[in-house]
Amino acid sequence: MKAIYKREVQSFFNSMMGWVFIAALTVFIGIYFMAYNLLGGVPYFSTALANVLFIFMVLVPILTMRTMAEERHSKTDQLLLTSPATVTGVILGMYLALLTVFAVPMLLSCLCPLIIKLNGTAFLLADYASIFAFFLLGAVEIAIGLLISALTESQIIAAVGTFFILLMLYLWDGLVGYLPATAVGSLVGLFVLLIIICLLLNALSNNWTISLYTLLIGAAALIGFYIRNNALYKGLMAKVLGKFSPLAAFKSFANDHVFDISGALLYVSLIALLIFLTVQVLQKRRWN
Amino acid sequence: MIEVKNLVKRYGNHYAVDHLSFTVEDGQIFGFLGPNGAGKTTTMSIMTGYLAATEGEVIIEGHNILEEPEEAKKCIGYLPELPPLYPDMTVAEYLRFVAELKRLPREERENQISKVISLTHLEDMTNRLIKNLSKGYKQRVGLAQAILGFPKIIILDEPTVGLDPKQVVEVRDLIRHLSKEHTVILSSHILSEIRAVCDHILIIRHGKFVACDTPEKLEEAMSAHNALDLQVRGTTEEVEKILLSLTGVTSHTLTAHEDGTVTAQVFSVSDIREALFFAFADARRPLLEIKPQMASLEEVFLDLTDDTASSGAALAAEETPDPAAEETAAEKEEHSDESHL
Repeated sequence: MKAIYKREVQSFFNSMMGWVFIAALTVFIGIYFMAYNLLGGVPYFSTALANVLFIFMVLVPILTMRTMAEERHSKTDQLLLTSPATVTGVILGMYLALLTVFAVPMLLSCLCPLIIKLNGTAFLLADYASIFAFFLLGAVEIAIGLLISALTESQIIAAVGTFFILLMLYLWDGLVGYLPATAVGSLVGLFVLLIIICLLLNALSNNWTISLYTLLIGAAALIGFYIRNNALYKGLMAKVLGKFSPLAAFKSFANDHVFDISGALLYVSLIALLIFLTVQVLQKRRWN
Repeated sequence: MIEVKNLVKRYGNHYAVDHLSFTVEDGQIFGFLGPNGAGKTTTMSIMTGYLAATEGEVIIEGHNILEEPEEAKKCIGYLPELPPLYPDMTVAEYLRFVAELKRLPREERENQISKVISLTHLEDMTNRLIKNLSKGYKQRVGLAQAILGFPKIIILDEPTVGLDPKQVVEVRDLIRHLSKEHTVILSSHILSEIRAVCDHILIIRHGKFVACDTPEKLEEAMSAHNALDLQVRGTTEEVEKILLSLTGVTSHTLTAHEDGTVTAQVFSVSDIREALFFAFADARRPLLEIKPQMASLEEVFLDLTDDTASSGAALAAEETPDPAAEETAAEKEEHSDESHL
């Protein structure tokens, strides 16, 4: 893991990729910092961060597209996967290298609250908590990029796929608002979700009996609850999906200045889940 | 020691490897031989743990490659078909990375790296970026990577592809050198390559086991014992008369030469060498040479890996319009069928 981490970090800084990412993120954070805090007079650095979120959609795919897709394309994954390192070690090494590159602009932006402090009142705790949440959110998005990159051999497909998913996440709250609020609508929506989960389970475990049982039990539970109390289902779909809104947690940090522990935990568990899925994708490829 | 037991790799309905079993003993130079697409690379990928088998198991030095991958992989150095190189690293950086990846003890790393660099003659290239190296040098860096740390088992997938003849000889020497202390497994579809270095050959076709033995035994097993080449002093009439008097001769072809000798190809149902000797001795015709027709490894290979065995036999019959030739072809076919089992 350490060897892969070192090699990846070195490769990011030997090629343009790492520098371009760092420069672009720093410049955009800087522009919003200047516009909101320095010229606009807003004392919270977190406001600038909240407005610069969209830049992840462009920069994260550029950073992550190369990782696993390129390894596979140039067959260097054969070296990594036939070495004594475990698959988890390989993925973690790569992920930590990505986080290291991402940490550089984040460390630079840690100066911004201090600059505000020099010029008047600053809310250091709230701002640093927001930077922390911003880093976690970025880490989730990088994990998504890594997963997509592991799915394909083509860097372009990896970049476009990651961009598309990040765009969906960015629009998540808005899209959830369009979901049907009726009880039947929620039931159908939850069914679709259940089927998607079972398909994913089937793809990962290659064991269709388990997936089928999960589907049947899940369906029985959904219908059972529906018959008992269908008022519960009113707007349930939107509520459930709303809970998973990836931006909501960051917004409670940045806009409401709350240290949202459950939100931070959501990010960490999403990262763990995505890393797990990436490892499974690599393991699974050996069996196909 | 490597044990491969009943290995199957299936892609949909296509069997890339089909119930393959063999054992590689310590210290052997073991060659995989088969036409393109025979399943050599797939088998190697499974042996090194890059791919998982559909069925069957691979046991490396007592460690199952799927159950104890880390232990098993520590014993293996692998050069895939395409050397796994990072173009943006220098040769030295790359080898340092591989040394760390293979978890060599820190204090031994530099020493080991300089050893493999001198073995693969990369001394002048250590500070060059890999992307600027020629194909031959890239192959050598791949080879250096595989032997780094001197694992017990070294698996090389077509190690001499893309090398010039001088480099090919160097690589062969290197393989022989390595075989003193290591088990070396290599694959090739080029016969002379395998013949030159290997002491054991596994022939596969369509992922199936065809034969596995030393090159000499393979040649011997496939030789047509009942086909003899004779050289006799005399005329064709005399020789023909003697041959016809012998029981067991099914057919013969005779060629007279200007120096008063006749060469004959004799096909028989059984071993008639002694009877031949006495018959010619009784007729006072000097028998200058009796030679069983030996199949060269090339012929063995072509015969064993022939896709359409029946059409192959028909082709052989066409070329030599001789009933015996057809018979021997059929016998060979039978033999290769036996070795499947």
